[in-house]
Amino acid sequence: MNREVTSVLLAGVGGQGTVLAGRVLARAAMSLGGEVKVSDIHGMAQRGGSVVTQVRFGLRVWAPVVETGTADYLVAFEKLEACRWLPYLRADGRLIVNNQEIPPLPVLTGAAVYPPNLVAEMKKRVKHVRVVEALDLARQAGNVKTLNMVLMGVLARYLPIDRGAWEEALAESVPERFLEVNKRAFQLGWEAAP
Amino acid sequence: MQELMLGNHAVARGAWEAGVRVAAAYPGTPSTEIVEALARYPEVYAEWSVNEKVALEVAIGSAIAGGRALAAMKHVGVNVAADPLMTLAYTGVHAGLVLVSADDPNLYSSQNEQDNRFYARFAQIPCLEPSDSREAKEMVKEAFVLSETFDTPVMLRLTTRVAHSQSLVELGERQEIPLREYVKAPAKYVMLPAHGRERHKAVEERRRRLEEYVETAPWNRVEWGDRRVGVITSGIAYHYVKESLPGVSVLKLGLSYSLPARLIRDFISAVEVCYVVEELEPFLEDQIRAWGLKITGKELIPRVGELSPRIVAEGIGRRVAEVDSSLVNPALLEEPAFKPAMGLPGRPPLMCPGCPHRGVFYTLRELGLTVAGDIGCYTLGASPPLNSMDTCICMGASVSVALGMEKARGGEFARRLVSVIGDSTFLHSGMTGLLDMVYNRGTGTLIILDNGTTAMTGHQDHPGTGFTAAHDPTIKADLEQVVRGLGVKRVRVVDPYNLEETRQAVAEETSVPEPSVIIARRKCALLTGRSGIYQVERDACAACGSCLELGCPALSMDEEGALIDQVQCNGCGLCSQVCPAEAIVKVGAGNE
Repeated sequence: MNREVTSVLLAGVGGQGTVLAGRVLARAAMSLGGEVKVSDIHGMAQRGGSVVTQVRFGLRVWAPVVETGTADYLVAFEKLEACRWLPYLRADGRLIVNNQEIPPLPVLTGAAVYPPNLVAEMKKRVKHVRVVEALDLARQAGNVKTLNMVLMGVLARYLPIDRGAWEEALAESVPERFLEVNKRAFQLGWEAAP
Repeated sequence: MQELMLGNHAVARGAWEAGVRVAAAYPGTPSTEIVEALARYPEVYAEWSVNEKVALEVAIGSAIAGGRALAAMKHVGVNVAADPLMTLAYTGVHAGLVLVSADDPNLYSSQNEQDNRFYARFAQIPCLEPSDSREAKEMVKEAFVLSETFDTPVMLRLTTRVAHSQSLVELGERQEIPLREYVKAPAKYVMLPAHGRERHKAVEERRRRLEEYVETAPWNRVEWGDRRVGVITSGIAYHYVKESLPGVSVLKLGLSYSLPARLIRDFISAVEVCYVVEELEPFLEDQIRAWGLKITGKELIPRVGELSPRIVAEGIGRRVAEVDSSLVNPALLEEPAFKPAMGLPGRPPLMCPGCPHRGVFYTLRELGLTVAGDIGCYTLGASPPLNSMDTCICMGASVSVALGMEKARGGEFARRLVSVIGDSTFLHSGMTGLLDMVYNRGTGTLIILDNGTTAMTGHQDHPGTGFTAAHDPTIKADLEQVVRGLGVKRVRVVDPYNLEETRQAVAEETSVPEPSVIIARRKCALLTGRSGIYQVERDACAACGSCLELGCPALSMDEEGALIDQVQCNGCGLCSQVCPAEAIVKVGAGNE
């Protein structure tokens, strides 16, 4: 894929806040002056299903979707989802994974087993892996729901976007009364990486 | 000023800038955000209509009366609105009218993936296909102009990927379009057979003028690249072509009906080989082939599902690479570095913790009934472990399908049968089916799952909520009165959080050979927040797994027994009711 375009996949479970994270990333990326495209899934899949938000930015962006084998970054909000979406990462892309396990319904009802050692297995296959205790950090920030901003704080360390642009993007995207806790979460992620 | 905008918001913005006065829709993924956004502009009257047919009719009234109008719906919504649409194509519009059809390739949240460009051809009305938010905004403005210039409704056809992706849009100002003078013109608007015959001639005349116009329309354009390979494309597929075949010549059709025959013929003769890349059906391809032109399309590009850059690269990129590999994006011809992991547990969507629908479907499974279902969150009642839905066809079909089952198999079958429908869906098109059951001496039981909102599409108001699209208070439809008014004598209301009450009501009503309605009333848990927190007393838990049969994402099991996730639990208490060991107890109050 065009090297001038950066492709980021945010994969998680419906309700984990990938849509808001994607919005913050996209707004921050607008500061680079090129094109930005975002693709989300709405509707039925949002009800606790596997969800993905795709963000692409660069001088000229065509498709709003990230193709398999071409993502520069895969930010997985959950371990099983990291594994599921891994084929989208390019060979030397970076995987940022929240070290959290959310058992899907087939596991809850005993029809399937949550695969053990997912992170260790992925570390064997992927060169650049960053494991983040995003839930702990979000709790430390003051609200477990801010784990999405913890992960954006981690991602921010690898992207050529000014810190100020991230702050502005946060302020534009998050309601005033939740801004401080989200900023704290972002900062904790920033400090946790690289 | 540039803004990052959802395709649907760009449509709303474009309609607002074009001076739209009246906008109407029934919520449906992926179209919902259009009228939701228009309701926030004070200059626009925007409504949630009871269904898509009504929405289009409201728009027709506005247009005939002289005010620009828009109706938005998902692809299957156009089926509901097809009756007024086909005749609207005859009457024409007076003031501009745009019908937005949001198709759903890959069925992200739909029951089929029909290609609604065929409706444009069927009705012989122009069809514009934007490929991103910028085009969506500009095309909706163009659509109003076209509509008035050619006195025709215009279809703006989106797909999920255009409706629900965001890209940069240049904002403009609103252009105030004065109301056109109201003109009484029965020969044009009263479709008696004699008038209709004349109007059909007008449709033909308009079609000829449109065919001439599209030859030079600015939205159809050629982007010359290497002339050995040409690609004809439209909508989102254009971006996939640009991504995967960066060097080829492209004819991008902004209008997919009517097609510019001369432009297409000239393009095909200027390239050595020509492909057609379009999502879903061979809509462009079949028309082009009918002119005797040589193209390659659906032999190489799938008819099923969504396209992607890799699908285009793998479909025709390999052939193009044989001509010249520099014309193809090489990354898309390489195998991805990481193979999909085998045997990962799936993560299907499911009912939320505390969902009021859960208790009803649990009960229906316990009773072993046949269930004719409908469209909404509750269609998830068909999934494991609840597994309690036998049919789901379209909006409103539950009650009428159940009646057909009864008529085919007899009254005894109806004693083991229910139909299930949501409150919003009932008001959309379930009322007519219920009236049909009453009128035709059916004896079925309809359960209305009344969660007080249109939940699946993101909690829009409807006539039963007492609020309009602009959140103004209005007359609230009373479901019990509506049902009684349709002639149902046996009407009862139950709390679906109470399993015993629900079970008893269903058992009693199905046993009686006359029409009955059970209203299972509880507000959507996403709107109310939690009504308590439950916990498993681990010493008492027998680890029997009965609670897991509810399919609640807050419940799980470890070696010693059941567990409730205190973050997710919304306190419906169903698990404590099904626990034979009485090991599940309420430990926290709610915030209802």
